[in-house]
Amino acid sequence: MSMLERAKQRLASAQEAAIAHGVLVVKLAPGDVLSAVKALKSEFDFDLFTDVTAVDWLGQKPRFEVVWHFYSTKHFSRVRLKTRVPELEPAVDSLVTLYGSARFMERECHDMYGIAFRGNPDLRPILLYEGFKGHPLRKDYPKQQEQPLVPYRT
Amino acid sequence: MDLQLPNPVRPAFEQPLSEDHVIVNIGPSHPATHGTVQIIAELDGEKVVRTDIHCGYLHRGFEKECEDHTWHNLIPYVDRLNYCSALINDFAYCDAVERLLGVEITPRCKVLRTLLAEYSRIADHMTCTAAALMELGAMTAFLYLVTIRDAIYEHLANLTGARLTYTYGRIGGLARDLPDGWLKRLEEILDQSEEFLGRVHGLVDRNRIFIDRMRNVGAISTADAINWGYTGPVLRSTGAARDLRKDTPYLAYAELDFEVPVGIKGDNYDRYYVRMREIDESSHMIRQLIDMLPSGPINVDDRRCTLPEKQHVYGEIESLITHFKLIMDGPQVPAGEIYVAHEAANGELGFYLVSTGKGTPYKMHVRAPSFVHLGGAHLMLDGGQLADIVPSFGQINMIGGECDR
Repeated sequence: MSMLERAKQRLASAQEAAIAHGVLVVKLAPGDVLSAVKALKSEFDFDLFTDVTAVDWLGQKPRFEVVWHFYSTKHFSRVRLKTRVPELEPAVDSLVTLYGSARFMERECHDMYGIAFRGNPDLRPILLYEGFKGHPLRKDYPKQQEQPLVPYRT
Repeated sequence: MDLQLPNPVRPAFEQPLSEDHVIVNIGPSHPATHGTVQIIAELDGEKVVRTDIHCGYLHRGFEKECEDHTWHNLIPYVDRLNYCSALINDFAYCDAVERLLGVEITPRCKVLRTLLAEYSRIADHMTCTAAALMELGAMTAFLYLVTIRDAIYEHLANLTGARLTYTYGRIGGLARDLPDGWLKRLEEILDQSEEFLGRVHGLVDRNRIFIDRMRNVGAISTADAINWGYTGPVLRSTGAARDLRKDTPYLAYAELDFEVPVGIKGDNYDRYYVRMREIDESSHMIRQLIDMLPSGPINVDDRRCTLPEKQHVYGEIESLITHFKLIMDGPQVPAGEIYVAHEAANGELGFYLVSTGKGTPYKMHVRAPSFVHLGGAHLMLDGGQLADIVPSFGQINMIGGECDR
């Protein structure tokens, strides 16, 4: 049985798990993410946290889907975790205690979608600036909207 | 006039840890940092105690803009991520869309993409190394490397029509085939680059000043590098031979003979040397690829993504309609999601695409190596000298276009 198959069976709390395009894709409840990541890191050597982002499914409930990608530098395989969080309280657990790289990437996701990462002590804006209103990658943020930090010269 | 402009950043620390310390601000537009990056550093004399790094000054809403354009129209945008090796971005993006479509590119296209990706890697590593050397005062070495890089840019302009942002990849193929004599000139440039690289090695490798400034500066361990998400030359400089071209081969890499150079200490010297050795490996790969380049078409024959030939567009109604639909509506990519990672010059470049079956992506996310690397950059800077910030930062090779998106 391949490593990904074993990882798939190990994550018994998953709502759905499948291997697509060579990547193990696991859907979880928001509360199960941290324990699943701990298991993936300690038991299956997913030591490289490559990416976290979100997808805004405007009109669906729960609205946001947070997506994590991990890579194993020992087995050369990838896993993608997904969870849905509601619009009113879009929060998931932070991975900063497990991976240093979570620090910047969670800040970006917080900037762009307003997802709160519980446990990340530093969610200051990173690509945006202090005082920026709204979250630009949300589907209800108009593309043309401008809010310059310094007023335009007329 | 009120000159009190709002501050775009909130520093992580405003009070020094000791009254002997001083907090200084470097950037975001500092002549010695390539890229608009701001470093707020607490100094104890010349020693860096801690740093707070801010990026985002080049943020232009890349991912938001991508949700509003057809799959084909994104190619000029992805060019502008890492503009030192734009072709690698092109091919990684096209690869992701092709896998969603279930399209297999032609053998000639596969070899050509691999060749051009390696050629771009040479240009990227030369840019990074040249800038890093110049910052340490090695002007001659800089000029040698930039001479070759310029020859590469001119040569790529011959093929693609642009020096920097090529828009040469197409979903399912490439914009056009090689012009006559292109491969001959390629071999000339490779020969010349070897001569010039030899001169650079001679100038700096055993140069006392260079070694003093680079050896044991900005050193990190493999464990730290992996924990902080480092990939590419920085991870390899720590001794871990991790390279996506070898570990999860894509394009034609599985058929090539090449080595993965690694460093020993993970310091700036090793990062310099790993990049120089990777240039050699890339040249070696390009020579193999020239020999194995098959003949045949460069575009797949698939009306879902490939634009028909211009003569047919003007001559027959079916091709005209195909062209029109592909341009106006975009290729209809089946619903689904995919994450594709290529080994870019700086590390793992990943594209996460979500399609809902339309001609535009529902979501497009770029895993930019520069951005992740910046998150761990304080490891290299803290505890070092103020003057070492610039060389250490140069070896991370932060590219504003891909970091800030």
